[in-house]
Parts: sequence; structure tokens; C-alpha cells
Amino acid sequence: MITEHPHDSHGPDKGLMRWVVTTNHKDIGTLYLWFSFLMFLTGGVMALIIRSELFQPGLQLVQPESFNQMTTMHGLIMVFGAVMPAFVGLANWLIPMMVGAPDMAMPRMNNFSFWILPFAFGLLLSSLFMEGGAPNFGWTFYAPLSTDFGPPSTTFFIFGVHMMGISSIMGSINIIVTILNLRAPGMTLMKMPLFVWTWLITAYLLIAVMPVLAGVVTMMLMDIHFNTAFFSAGGGGDPVLFQHIFWFFGHPEVYIMILPAFGVVSAIIPTFARKRLFGYESMVYATSSIAFLSFIVWAHHMFTVGIPIAGELYFMYATMLIAVPTGVKVFNWVATMWQGSMTFETPMLFAIAFVVLFTIGGLSGLMLSIVPADFQYHDTYFVVAHFHYVLVPGSVFSVMAAVYYWLPKWTGNMYDEALGKTHFWLSFIGINITFFPQHFSGLAGMPRRIPDYALQFADFNMISSCGAFLFGFSQLLFLFIIIKTIRGGEKATEQVWEGAHGLEWTLPSPAPYHTFATPPSDLNDAHG
Amino acid sequence: MLLGGNAAMADWAVNMTQGVTEISRQVYDLHMIIFILCVVIGIVVFGAMMVSMILHRKSRGAVPATFHENTKLEYLWTVIPIVILVVMALPATSTLQDMYDAGESDIDIEVRGIQWKWQYTYLNDDPAKEVRFVSSLSTPRDEIENRATKNEFYLVEVDEPMVIPINKRVRFLITSEDVIHAWWVPAFAVKKDAIPGFIHESWTIVDEPGIYRGQCAELCGKDHGFMPIEVHAVSEEDYEIWLAEKQEAARVVYETIGKEWTFEELMATGETVYQQSCAACHQLNGEGIPPVFPSLKGQGLAVGPIAAHTDIILNGKAGTAMQAFGTQLNPAQLAAVITYERNAWGNNLGDHIQPSRINEILSGGAQ
Amino acid sequence: MRMVKMRMVNMTDNTKTAVRLLGTAVFMFAFGFLLVPLYDVLCAVTGFNGKTAGQYVSEKAPEIDKDRWVTVQFITNNNAGMPAEFRPKQRSMRVHPGEVNTAEFFVRNPVARTITAQAVPSVSPFHAASYLHKTECFCFEQQQLAEGEALDMPLRFIVDNELPADVTTLTLSYTLFNVSQEALAVAR
Repeated sequence: MITEHPHDSHGPDKGLMRWVVTTNHKDIGTLYLWFSFLMFLTGGVMALIIRSELFQPGLQLVQPESFNQMTTMHGLIMVFGAVMPAFVGLANWLIPMMVGAPDMAMPRMNNFSFWILPFAFGLLLSSLFMEGGAPNFGWTFYAPLSTDFGPPSTTFFIFGVHMMGISSIMGSINIIVTILNLRAPGMTLMKMPLFVWTWLITAYLLIAVMPVLAGVVTMMLMDIHFNTAFFSAGGGGDPVLFQHIFWFFGHPEVYIMILPAFGVVSAIIPTFARKRLFGYESMVYATSSIAFLSFIVWAHHMFTVGIPIAGELYFMYATMLIAVPTGVKVFNWVATMWQGSMTFETPMLFAIAFVVLFTIGGLSGLMLSIVPADFQYHDTYFVVAHFHYVLVPGSVFSVMAAVYYWLPKWTGNMYDEALGKTHFWLSFIGINITFFPQHFSGLAGMPRRIPDYALQFADFNMISSCGAFLFGFSQLLFLFIIIKTIRGGEKATEQVWEGAHGLEWTLPSPAPYHTFATPPSDLNDAHG
Repeated sequence: MLLGGNAAMADWAVNMTQGVTEISRQVYDLHMIIFILCVVIGIVVFGAMMVSMILHRKSRGAVPATFHENTKLEYLWTVIPIVILVVMALPATSTLQDMYDAGESDIDIEVRGIQWKWQYTYLNDDPAKEVRFVSSLSTPRDEIENRATKNEFYLVEVDEPMVIPINKRVRFLITSEDVIHAWWVPAFAVKKDAIPGFIHESWTIVDEPGIYRGQCAELCGKDHGFMPIEVHAVSEEDYEIWLAEKQEAARVVYETIGKEWTFEELMATGETVYQQSCAACHQLNGEGIPPVFPSLKGQGLAVGPIAAHTDIILNGKAGTAMQAFGTQLNPAQLAAVITYERNAWGNNLGDHIQPSRINEILSGGAQ
Repeated sequence: MRMVKMRMVNMTDNTKTAVRLLGTAVFMFAFGFLLVPLYDVLCAVTGFNGKTAGQYVSEKAPEIDKDRWVTVQFITNNNAGMPAEFRPKQRSMRVHPGEVNTAEFFVRNPVARTITAQAVPSVSPFHAASYLHKTECFCFEQQQLAEGEALDMPLRFIVDNELPADVTTLTLSYTLFNVSQEALAVAR
């Protein structure tokens, strides 16, 4: 239902400058997505270096100090460079089309928030080539390992984090303003697609916690260069204060990486079940409760630092509570599938895998919340398995599902279904071979972040490394499928998917450079 | 090739250890209860998905239903998880209370993390009877660098294990010298962070004699993966014998400090000490990993004045990874390692220092 | 309509916003520095992290509980980069709650330069930390130690009558930090 308008004929600039100066939400979304994919491959190479070293006991490929740099950079790049920009990219592409807005509310800021990122990560990655090496204190950079004992490149890391923070905050402000002010007339909040809802909540989380991250790295900077002692007991500070501040940022951060994924899956499952999403309202409330709870559970990452029993109990109970709204979401997805009329195209396969594997990650999270048991799980591979289950088959699978789902809308071409399914099965099998055995090695007592291990863990590590290579190389197929689809293929229809609902499916495929210059009037179909 | 059917196979484990203490068994039971509940939840949820995916597919001609909410159902699946959570929380709370019980202990051991080893001090009101030693990885570099076959306890063996008696309440007072470490012995279900400047406690009563192994569980820098923990739980009589031997050994070392050591004796002891305490950073060939860990070969303090060289080894260097070894090693070991560094790798200065001289410096004699 | 309205925003509104944002930034920066004292207050109130409160001043002489014995253990350690010899002159003391006790700690600087030391106290178990009152302590201030200087440093403390009944042993640990300018300069 697009109304032609003279303004729409104005196309993009020509050449490379188009991408540098663009203020178009679709261009910026594309930039974010490609950047995120590049970072995903970079972080992936680091993961493969880690897994190669861990293929057998003994030191083979890298020395312990390089290994620590790899684990640190892998974490930072995957969290800040791959997952977060991917979701911001999806938000840029989809939110204006879903709410019937002509563009993001602040297009120039949008351009700026993207173009900070290459510099931030350039700065971070350049530290790999510096004397003393890249940051080697884990992505959680606990003081005093990162302050008094950190390499000289820590300062570059701090500035890199500041820049990422600025980018995220500007991106979130833009998303909030767009959602609250630029909705098509008649689209009330409770008519918004769930992806828009989850991003609105995510953006608030980002605005609340990214300054906390900026604060904690600034305090580190002061401790390192200006003789303050925020995190050193000798000057009246406390290293544990670092962990409190970090995790006050860090826990909402993990929800920042999963809430938009909930939105994606809530869009895809109804489409391929050909049935409306079950419990739309409870989904919104569940997302809000998860966001609220994320602020009051941070110390469950620190059960072993020595917290009085009342504190341990409080954080245990509060953490367990998160299972309730998360459960509601999972049950709602299952109820959406129930008595539907399902087909299993690639996006649906990824979405179903998301529900199953995210639930496994959620259940191991519930186990981790039990304080006495956590004393045995804490800082072992059980934790590694847990958060990779929620992040890889969770967040990353949802991004892949989203790409397959909306790619026909973005490019105007259908992707190759057979290749897409192959990619799914390779990824699905690879990811489970990689991370499932890590539950066992963790329970058997293997600590995380070690470059070498006792012989009893050898078998599981070898299996895990094989799975990692399978998953890693399957992503080249993903790249191939995307490029193939951009270059051509079967033309996609307006609606693309038989069961798709929502404003973006009323636009032509590919979506024109400018859309909804005049707000749409027919909103009955806004969410599935 | 890797396991070669050796005894490590027997340790092949896929689940948490039950451990050898009342607490560790409680933790194991708790873990199993929650695990089984999670499996049941998983079966119900994934079962429903499976049924739906088989029955409600378009290719079978399924026609989509139109329902999209059901308030009663939604309440139901909010309330049921809450009930399950309460069922989980009750035993967890009681186990945690048991763990936090501050009863009177029989033995107090201070556990101190130092990059990348553990120092154990058996507290005693009589300073002469206090036993203090450093426990570090004993796996040879050759095994780590794949030049030798890895032994059964590869990376989980130490030169001097902690020894505790069974059936006694042992209290661990855990702290750190530099960065945050975590002291973890799975068989006791004890894991506590060691934080510089602060002291935390934990306790255990071991039922069965045996050798229990653990590892540092908090990233603490380069050799985080190489600081294992080994605890020998022995009968009370054996513990008393061990303790007396330790106290006697300390006295003997103290006395041998007085004797005149030959250059060869110093070099031989020095090489051993160097491999255990120095090689992790300065490397076996003395070349270090500049700029963080400087080379000792033909440059720096190791070929400079002996007084300055002794000073840095005894007192460390503030703000660097160089620790003060004066409190970790005995005077004979200190003299030996200083002599070794000055004469190894072609440094060949030919001078040496006697343990008696180190002892004078440590006890306040003029430099 | 909305677009038109946005263009009509006048300068004073923008100035106002800028001033508010600047104010917020300044406030947040100051708040950053406030975090450590605030956290200390929290720790002192709750005994969190085994932190003890500062100097204790009591209005009236506390009653001595002659029927109860509490063991107070002393542990000393040097943090990385602190060469001083530092030990308690008594490893433990048996005391009555309420009475004022004195313990002494020995410190000696073995190196050929002045060092500035700061002792950091920590008490275990946590829930006992707020019941150990120090009326006088070397840890209240930094110690300047000249070359070769040796000191006996006093600690005067009272164990509170209200100490929870399950606590029979209190461990007071001191970690000596090197806060000399040159140590900081090398470190940073």
C-alpha cells in the first residue's frame, strides 16, 4: 500500500561516497549488517585459534599470553562488534518500515553512530600489533589484572570501548525517538510488531547501562594514568567494586543481546505457522519484566567473591524469577506453533532451533542461579557452554533467521532454499557438537580461559574443536548465499511469505530507497 | 595417543563430582534435583513442539486455528514455573546456610594466591611452629611443550601439596598478593575468590583420605591455566607426623644456611629453583618475554652489581610482575637462584652469594 | 506537521538542553568519584567484604562480658611490590567482648629508599566485621618508613558485646600496600 510521491524518485548517490555520507536508514542498516558480519568472521577466526590450541593437551599453536589475548578479543568483538551491530542493523532496516516512518528520526546522527564503529574496532584491533600485545584480561577485564597488571594497550582498549558506547547510545536514542514519534497515525504502542517493542525496551536498557560501562572504563583510565585508586585497596578502593559496576552494566547487556532476538523469532514463527502470535500482550509484559529484572540480579555473576548470605540469597531468588517471564515467552512460541499450518523454510528452521537451543541455555542458566551449585559451576566450561548456547544458537541464529526472512524484501530476490537449508543444518550440527560437550567438561571440573588442560578433558575438547571448525566454515556458505541472492535469483513478491503480516510486506520487493514518505493508512495488519 | 588407556580414563567424567564432604554431597544432590527438573521441563516443552511440528504441518493439510490468547492458560504457565522455582529454592537455601555456618575450626590455613602459585600457611600461635610453603605446578616444561609423554596428572600436580587431616574442620582464609585468583577444590565444593587486600573464609571436613585436585578458577594472567591445587587428606596421625616433619625441615634448612655452600651446590640447587619460580616469566633460556618480562641473558641486573640483583629478588619491583621472593623461598634457595642467574646462559660472572649473607640481609643486617 | 514543528524549535530551547546535558555530565563525573566513599559506607554498614569501619568513638565505656571468650587472630601480608617485613607480634588473642585490647604489629623497611605504606584491614567472617571496633589503628593513616626503619605499630580494639553468638573466632587481616610515589609511577 505505497502511495507514490515525487520525492521517492530521488535515489542514492553514486559510488563509494554514497556509503560514507548516507543518511538513509536502509543504507545504514546495510552498513551495520556487513560490518557485523565482518566482525563475526574476525571474532570467529579468533575462536578457531582458541579451539585449535585446545584441540589437544599441551601447548601447540599459541603461547598462553597470546591465548589470553585471543579469548579477550574474541569476547569483545563478538559482543560489541558482531551481535550488537547486527541488531542495530536490523533495527535500522526494519523499524521505519514496520512503524510506517519515512526514515529514522535523526538520520545524520544515524550516519555518525555507524561510522564511529570502524574506528572503535580499528583502535581495538590495532592493539594486537602493539608492544606488550592486545588486552589479555578477558572481556570482563577485572581489576587489578586490567589496571595495575594490564598491558600498555589497555588505554587503546578503553578509548575503543568509549567509542562503541557513544555509538550505541546514539543508536538507541535514534531508535527510541523513531518509535515514539514517527509511528504512522493510528499505530498505537500495543499495535506495534513485537520486534519494534523488544527494540524499544532494548534501547532503554542501552541508554541506562552504556554510561555505566563508560564510567567503569573511565575509572580504570584514572587508576592507570592519574594515580586514583578506585579499584585498589591500597588507596581505599576495592577491586570488587569494579565487578559490581561492570556487572551492573554486564547483566542488562546480555539481555540487550537477546531481547531483539525474541522480537525476530516472534515475527518469524507466526508467519510460517500461518497463525497469529499467541499472547501478544503477555509477550510485551514478559519482555518488560525481563528488562526490569536484569537490573537487580547483577551479583549472580559474582557468587564466589564473598558476599554475605543475605546477599547471596537475594541474588539467587531474583535470578530464579527471570525464569518466569522467559518461560512465558517460550510457552507462547510453542502455543503459536500449536495447531498452525507449518512449513519449514530456512528462517523457520533457524527460529525453531532458536527456541529449542535458547531454552537449553536458559535451563542451564537456571542451574547456575542456584548458589551452592554455582560454587561448582562458576568459571568452568559449564558457564562457557551456557552463555554460548544463549548467544550463538540464541542471538546469532536469530540474526541469521532474520537475514533469510527479510533478505527477499531487501534485495528483491529469493535466496536459494536448498543452500539455505544446508547452511542451517551445518550450523545446527556444528554448534551442538561445539558447545554441548562443554557442559560435560565443565561439570567434570575444567576451568574456563585456560590454554591447556588436564588429560581427562581431552576427548570433549577434541570433539568441541571439530564442531567449531564445522560451524566456522559453514558461515562461508552463508556469505556465498547472501552474495548470490544480492546478485540475482527468483524475483520475490510483495508479501514474499504466504503467512507474512506487517507493514514492511505491503512495500514492493526490493523496498524502494524511500518508503512511507506518506504514512500508510491501512494498519489492520501491523502485527501478526 | 592422548589418553593411551592410562588411568586418566578412569577419571573420565561427564558429571559433577560427589566429592568427599557432607557439603559437597549436598551440592551434588542439589545439582541433580535441578538437573532432573530441567530435563523434565525440557521434555514437556520440546515434546509439545515435536508433536506440533509433526501434526500441524501444511504438507499434512493442517488448517491453522485462529486462537491467539487464553488468559487462563497464560496464568497457568506463569504460576507453575513459580511453584517449581520455590521447590528448587528451598533445598538451595538450606545448603547455603550450612555452607555459611561459622563453627569453630580445628586447623586454620591461610591460602594466598600469587601469580601463578599458591602459598599455604598453617597458622599457629607459636611463630616457630608455623608452617609456610609455596605450592606450584610440578609438570615439567617438556611435557607442556610436547617433548615428553604427558603423565597421568598432567597440569594437576604440584611440588608441595597441602596436607590436611580427615574428620577435622579445616578453615581456609583466602587472600591474594597481586590479582584476583580463585581457590577451587571440586571434591570439597569449595570455591572462593582470592582478592588482594581482603580475606575471605571457607571451610571443609573431609571424610575420606585421598588426593584431591583442583585449579585456579579466576583468570589471573599468563599462567592462569598452570596453577593447580593438590590437597592430600590423611589420617590424623599421619597429619601430625607430616606437620612435625615440616617443622623439623624448616629448622634443618635454617641450620644449613649457616654452612658454607660450594659454587657447584649453589648452581645445582639454583637451576631447580629457577625452573620452578622464575622460568614461567623469564623463560628457561633466560631471554624472558620483553617488554613485560625482561631478558636476564647478558643484560640488566643479572649481570650488574650483586647487591642490586639480590635486592630485586628479595624485594621484587613495585608495579611490575616481579614478586618479592624473600618471603617465598628460603635463604639457601635465594642464594642459589641468584648465583645461578649470574652464571647461567653465558652470563658467567663467576661470583656467588652465600645463604648466610641472604639471611643477614633478610633479618636486618646492613646491605 | 511534525517536521515543521521540529524546524521551529528555537535556540533558547537548545541552549537549555545543552546546559542541562552539561550539568548532568558534570554531576555524573563527580558521582563517579563519590562511588568509593559511598561503597565504603555501604560496606561499613553491612560489613560487606569484611571491611571494618574507621575510628570507633563510644559515648560510654562498654560493659565487659566476663563470661564470654572470643579469639581474635591476626594475619599480615604484603601486597605485590611491598618489600617491608611486616608481622603481628602476637598471632592471636583471647579477649572478652567489651574490653579494650592492645595488639602490636612490627614493620621494617629493608630497602635503601623511603617507602610509604598503607595497611588495609579485612575481617572474616563478614557478619562479624561490624562488631570489631578499632579505637586506634596504624591503618587509619599512611606510614612513612625510612631506609632500615623499624616500628612497632599499635592497634587498640574492642569486640562488641553484640557479636553474634556463632562467632568464636575473628580473623583480622592486614595487607600492606606500597603507595610510594615511585611505586605508583612504575606501576602506572
